Formats: sequence, C-alpha cells, structure tokens
Amino acid sequence: MSVDTATVRHIARLARLKMSDAEVEAMVPELNNILGWVEQLGEVDTDGVEPLTAVIDLGLRLRDDRVTDGGIQDEVLANAPEAQHGFFAVPKVIE
Amino acid sequence: MADATAPYRIRGETGEWEVVIGLEVHAQVTSNAKLFSRAATAFGAEPNTQVSLVDAAMPGMLPVPNRECIRQAVRTGMALAATINRWSRFDRKNYFYADLPQGYQISQLYHPLVGEGTVHVLTDEKDEGSAKAIGIERIHVEQDAGKLMHDQHPTMSYVDLNRCGVALMEIVSKPDMRSPAEAGAYLRKLRAILRYVGSCDGNMEEGSMRADVNVSVRRPGDPFGTRTETKNVNSVRFVQAVIEHEARRQIEVLEEGGAVLQETRLYDPGRQETRSLRSKEDAHDYRYFPDPDLLPLELDDAFLADCRASLPELPDAKRKRFELMGMSAYNASVLTAEVETASWFDVLLSHGVDPKQAANWVVAELFGALNRLGVSIAECPVSPAHAAELLKLVADGTISGSIAKTVFEKMLESGDPAGAIVEGEGLRQTSDTGAIDAEIERILGANADKVEQYRAGKQQLFGFFVGQTMKAMAGKANPQVVNERLRAKLG
Repeated sequence: MSVDTATVRHIARLARLKMSDAEVEAMVPELNNILGWVEQLGEVDTDGVEPLTAVIDLGLRLRDDRVTDGGIQDEVLANAPEAQHGFFAVPKVIE
Repeated sequence: MADATAPYRIRGETGEWEVVIGLEVHAQVTSNAKLFSRAATAFGAEPNTQVSLVDAAMPGMLPVPNRECIRQAVRTGMALAATINRWSRFDRKNYFYADLPQGYQISQLYHPLVGEGTVHVLTDEKDEGSAKAIGIERIHVEQDAGKLMHDQHPTMSYVDLNRCGVALMEIVSKPDMRSPAEAGAYLRKLRAILRYVGSCDGNMEEGSMRADVNVSVRRPGDPFGTRTETKNVNSVRFVQAVIEHEARRQIEVLEEGGAVLQETRLYDPGRQETRSLRSKEDAHDYRYFPDPDLLPLELDDAFLADCRASLPELPDAKRKRFELMGMSAYNASVLTAEVETASWFDVLLSHGVDPKQAANWVVAELFGALNRLGVSIAECPVSPAHAAELLKLVADGTISGSIAKTVFEKMLESGDPAGAIVEGEGLRQTSDTGAIDAEIERILGANADKVEQYRAGKQQLFGFFVGQTMKAMAGKANPQVVNERLRAKLG
C-alpha cells in the first residue's frame, strides 16, 4: 500500500489541515515510509490467530452513575481562541 | 375508511410504486452522568457548565464507561427481544466538526452491544389484522455531540458542549416498513417501550429521541432501490412527511429517466421538503477503528440477570392482560400506549374495581376531563383511590351513572372523595317506590295526551316518560326502578 499526493490532500482535508504543495510533496515519501514499515508485519503468518484487541488481560472497568464533575466553565473555556457568554465562539459553520 | 391492511402504493406517471423505509433512532439514555465522564446530563443548564475535561477532549483524559448507560441499553435490547452480545467493543468514528472536540465519536461499528430484535406494531389500534413485526438490526451505544447555535452572532457560531458525551442508543431497524403509517406506528411503539423500560424519556421536543430516515422506492416485487438518508428528524409527524416527500421526489427522478443518488439529506419543516447535504460527502470517510483507550466490554451472567429482573411488564403483555379482563381491544390499546396512563390505571385496578367499567370510565370520562383541563394524567386532580370509590358507588347502585358525572366534576374541582360529595349534597340514588310512584302519577296526569299516544302504539314515548321522571327526581331515582314502575303504570 502506498499513498500519492491526492490521498495526502484528502487526508489533510478530513483533518482540516492546510498544507502547501511543497508540504504535500514532502509528506508522500514520509507516509509511504511509515506504511512500508508497518507492512512488514504482514510477513508474519497469522492464519488462525484471533485479532488482538488489547495487550492486557483485563475486562473493561465500569463506573457508577454519579455526577462528580462539571461546573468548570472557566477552565473548559480557558484555552478557547474565543469565548462569548459562556460559549466557544467559532467562525460560522452553517451550511 | 381506508383499509389499514391494504398495501400502501404511490401512483406515479408510469404506474404504482412501493416505498421502503428503515429508521435509525437516536435515543438519549436516561442517566445522571455522561457515557464516559462524570459530568451531568440534565437538559437546559447554562452553557458549558456540564462539561468535564474528558468531554472537552483535553490531552491525557481517559474515558471510563458509565455502568448505568450500558445497563439501560441492555434492558432496552431485552425489551425488544433482541440478542445481547456479551462481548462488544467501542470504535472511533472520525470526523472533524466544531461540536465534537475529540475529533471522533466513540461508537460501536463492528461489535455492537445488542443484535437483532423485533418491535410489534398495529397500524390501526382497533384492528388486530393490521399487526406487523418490524425487525431491529442492532442497537449500539455512542456519544452525543455538542450543540451549535448559528443565530446568536453575525459571523460566529456558538458551541455548547453540555450535550457532548451524553450516552445515546442508536436503534437501527431493518428496512421493514412500507408506509408512513407503519413508520409512525413503529416510532410510537418504540417510544412507548423505551418509556416503560425507563431507558429514555422519549421527549422529542428536547431532542431525546430523533430519527434518521432511510427511504427508497421500487416497483412492487422488485429488488430494493437506492436509498437516501434524511438526518435528525425530531417528530413522528415530520418523519412521516419526510417519507412522503422523499418518496415523491425519488419517483419523479426515476420516472424522468434519472437515478437516485445515495446521499444524506436534510428536512426543512418550513418549506416541507428535503434537500441534499452535498458538502458533507467527504464526511462519510469516517475511518473507523477500535478505540485504543477502551478494552472490550464483557458482560457476566449476574449483570444480565439483574437487567432482566428489573424489566417492567411491557406494553404488549399489559395490553393482553387487560383484554383478558374483558376490556375492548381499543381500550386496552389506549390504556397501555403511555406508561403514565398504564401505571395510573393499574393502581385504579388494584382498588378492586370492575376492569371493564373502569376502562370505559377512564377512556370516556377521565380522558375527556384531562383534555378539557389541559393536564396530563400525572397531574390529574383525582387520585386512583378516589376514582375507585366513585366507580364502586356506581357499581353498587348508590348513585346513578349520570349523577356520577356530576360527582366527578365536583371531585375535579374540590379534590374531595366521592363518598363525601354524595353524602354532603344528598346525591344518593333512591329506590323508594313511594316517591317514584308519586312523581310518575303526576307526570302521567299532566301528559294525558302522550299517554294516549303511547298506548296507541307510539312506543318511543317511553323514553320521554323516563326522562321526565328522572328530571323530577333530580336524577337520583334508580333508573331500573323507574323503568319497572313506568311499565307497570302504562300497561
């Protein structure tokens, strides 16, 4: 598997990343290197082996239905580039 | 009247079309805290005050699932006679939007919590022949997104993350519905079951339940056509309108030789039309993968047994039980449609009233009064115990049916028990033949012409005499005694 400039542009768009043509060109071999490296795993024979979902032999821990968090509007908004009246304010995103 | 069992067809320019419908219902799970965080879920709070750093997706935060949300989804699955998957897993659905700070929604694509089940519906409540089983494909658990407000500022959208991370059940039906009426019956029944179970409040105005509507059309008997999906429709009426409009639109496209595009659409209730959301095409590239922050969810026997043991009697079972008590199919259906009504009625029955009499009274008198007062049964000024007392006074002949209406009105006004009103106002029914006979004599004497006509064969005048006697007795005479005495006197 390998990516071309069109795939890189598509992925960048899905992640809402703005990339110049030069950056896209540079990203193609970088991503292909990573993909090639991961693809080496395909050389291992995994016939009949169940896919592994977690490396620790534990079940998922569940928590009780109690409200012990929230009420921290200031902290939640502290890093927002812009906040107004308790809301995050972002460039208009209506269709 | 239209036959509910006749297939629904839309007549186009070139012949008849069948519509195929599947619904994906997003139901907000009733819980105190969110699915993966300890922030509150209550509706209507100040913006961003019910947001934890997990919901705001601050770096290093880890999700821990809320047991209650899992439990409610499992109970819902059980109520729909669905397969419960003891092993399920969470996946990330990746998309980038201002209402989702994580950049992905935690959902369950590959291994949902609940598998196939069934919802039994009647498209006509009075007709068992209109029964249909609608298949459930799956139920999975996922996070809700935040809320965007576009009308508060000329150039900015406002983001409130209070809803972000609240647990949703996505209940996916099979494409088993064939008419707007079936889709409406399915939604109403599903909502009733969720409310009986207590896993979702079913409040569509507050967005607790909303549906994605999948519609396609075909010639009857043909394979499925290409479907469109209309997102986030928030009332039964709108779902039905979407189906009608979207089916019509697709038929026009096909009859003009075009092809239906598989796409996402949006319903505009103001203009009563659906329109394409072309700009979201990219968004379908969700790049799902298992969430590495969450281990697989495994449920043990004790957890499942607890879920099952906590299920209430469900609408279908209750309805059947009511019918076996002698109630009409219609009354049984109306009395079980809403969980509050069913509970109120069950308490009324527990006071030992006649079930049939009680059902007729609730449907005719109580519902009428609640309608007039504009209150729900939960706010009914008359308690089931007081209602039972009133019904018993009618059943044992203490008061007549028409006096009971008067007493009920006074109960609604004052909140006093029926017995006290009857005694206080002297409304007790009388079988005193002496008093009744005296009135009858007087009335027959004053209406000698009518007596003559009656004896000459004008039988329908009997009702007139009954009415006059009852009126003279201020409604308190035992109607049976009045009838008997009148027949004896008139010969």
